[in-house]
Amino acid sequence: MSGIDLDRYGVWVAIAVMAVVTFLIRAGGFWLMGHVPLTPRLRRMLEVLPGAVVMATVLPLMVRGDLASVIAIGAAVLVMALRRNDLLAVFCGLATVAALRAIF
Amino acid sequence: MAEPSAPSGAPIWSREGWRQGFRLGLPVLAGMSLFGIAVGTTSARIGLDVVDMLLMNVFVYAGIAQMVAMEIWPQTMTWGAIATLALVVAVVNSRLLLMSASLQPWFAPLPGWQVYPLLYYLTDPGWLIAMRYRGEGGRDLGVHGATTVLFLAMWLVAVCAGYFLGSLIVHPQRYGLDLAMPVFFAVMLVPLWRGPRRGIAWAIAGAVALAVQHFVPGWWFIVAGSIAGALAGGFLEPDDAPARKPS
Repeated sequence: MSGIDLDRYGVWVAIAVMAVVTFLIRAGGFWLMGHVPLTPRLRRMLEVLPGAVVMATVLPLMVRGDLASVIAIGAAVLVMALRRNDLLAVFCGLATVAALRAIF
Repeated sequence: MAEPSAPSGAPIWSREGWRQGFRLGLPVLAGMSLFGIAVGTTSARIGLDVVDMLLMNVFVYAGIAQMVAMEIWPQTMTWGAIATLALVVAVVNSRLLLMSASLQPWFAPLPGWQVYPLLYYLTDPGWLIAMRYRGEGGRDLGVHGATTVLFLAMWLVAVCAGYFLGSLIVHPQRYGLDLAMPVFFAVMLVPLWRGPRRGIAWAIAGAVALAVQHFVPGWWFIVAGSIAGALAGGFLEPDDAPARKPS
């Protein structure tokens, strides 16, 4: 199909293609936003996005996970709400799941 | 409103920002290193040599996409296989397009030689930390520079550890380390909270993600839920909503 010898360089070609695709995506959002006006509505969408990404990532994982992981995530969020310390909250979450999995 | 999304003016770089960024990145390191170890171990298992493994991690640097790509890694590379890998990587990484878009109002005044390296090494946790910091009125790019450098360094150490020592690392689940990244993500919801209206948008994001996960195979649920939540956030609040308040 082309002059590239995939038997020898196939892995490198695959990695290069994956790298280019990933960079185009990572740069693409920035580039696109430079070409559309930032209306108040669009700005609100972007502000809501971080929490939306968290929910869309974590909730399906929680549903798939065990009960210990659900309790641990709840505990970590509670500690964060009470103490506002992200390091402490992550530590408490992991300690909770480790303890629950050791007991049950 | 001259600069609707620049709560405190133009971006700056400061040493204090770098220090703060390294601190904000700490809670991520456990999850990141465990994930890197898993990626390194998988690279060894599918037979990548160490140069390929390093090239992939330095130039692709997208852990979930790499994992999914390595699950379907072909024995002999063909153009069809490469196209499939490209498509899978694009789908898994599509969420990064949204993240990159949301950084544009902050990064826009920067020269390209600063913007594009930062975007090249954009990660989910680094973006979350940046958006939280920005949402609270921060403008110091040192914070984002620090998490970017810290995570890249941690990642490369972890994938090498996984590649060479992976078989020695036993049962991370027992210590709950498989949950380190989801726990950190969930914890970030607290500082991102701005009241029930935003909560409704988040709930919609979660519900759509669950539904898509149930009915559509693959990784579409992240980007589908994220877009649904963002749209809900944009349309739930009236146009004359007051400016955001730092929590």
